[in-house]
Amino acid sequence: MSGTSSPPPKPPSADDEGFKRELVTLIPHLRAFARTLTGDPTAADDLAQDAMMKAWDARASYQMGTNMKAWTFMILRNQFYSEKRRSWRQSQLDQEAAERTLVAVDDPESPVALDELRLALATLPEEQREALILVGAGGFAYEEAADICQCAVGTVKSRVSRARKALQATLERGGYARDGRAAGDAMRSILAAADRLSSVRQG
Amino acid sequence: MTDKSDPPAKSPRSGAGLEEARLRQQAIGVKLRHMFDEVVNEPVPDEFLDILRRADERASDESGS
Repeated sequence: MSGTSSPPPKPPSADDEGFKRELVTLIPHLRAFARTLTGDPTAADDLAQDAMMKAWDARASYQMGTNMKAWTFMILRNQFYSEKRRSWRQSQLDQEAAERTLVAVDDPESPVALDELRLALATLPEEQREALILVGAGGFAYEEAADICQCAVGTVKSRVSRARKALQATLERGGYARDGRAAGDAMRSILAAADRLSSVRQG
Repeated sequence: MTDKSDPPAKSPRSGAGLEEARLRQQAIGVKLRHMFDEVVNEPVPDEFLDILRRADERASDESGS
């Protein structure tokens, strides 16, 4: 940084300002993606902050005008997996935290169906879950999701498709741990809640 | 897990079965987006902007004012 051979540092540029503005608009999305990866709100915000700082530090390598959302999601995902690799124990804790959070209701007004979906999501293999979240909730095209996960487009497509089938089967079967509920209740409440949500959206 | 061999209530080949499956997938999609959007719509903790502001100041300092 202070080496004599490095070029003189440039003053804060218009590029930096633009980058920062765009990065700020992405924070809510980074938080949401981090929450789906870690399952724990506190760990998720730590991860999202780390990813935000990594993106800021790497801003010179970002090409303005390209998809910054996909770029920051890739950074966040890499950060998540490198932290996980560093400590297998942490990943076990993550799993426990995820299960706790999946069961806990943050918002008492939140419909039951949402918890059914969270529980069902938790039963998916990690790579299927993240592919489905990116495409099904994050609004990414298959190609963008493939860039984020650094895998082939066909791989993302098959992960999403398998995730959807497994999710539906789990919800219809009630195949996750929850006693006192008849199988099929989960799917029914999802259908009812989705109806309500789409009518709210249209209305 | 144990009832994998159970036949589906409707044949997935039938038009009604396909339509039903499509509706279910659509419902799951709506819920999935809702779940994600709930977090997106949460107010961003001040900490995020504070961290970015400090980084910004550091960047200006490094550029030798």
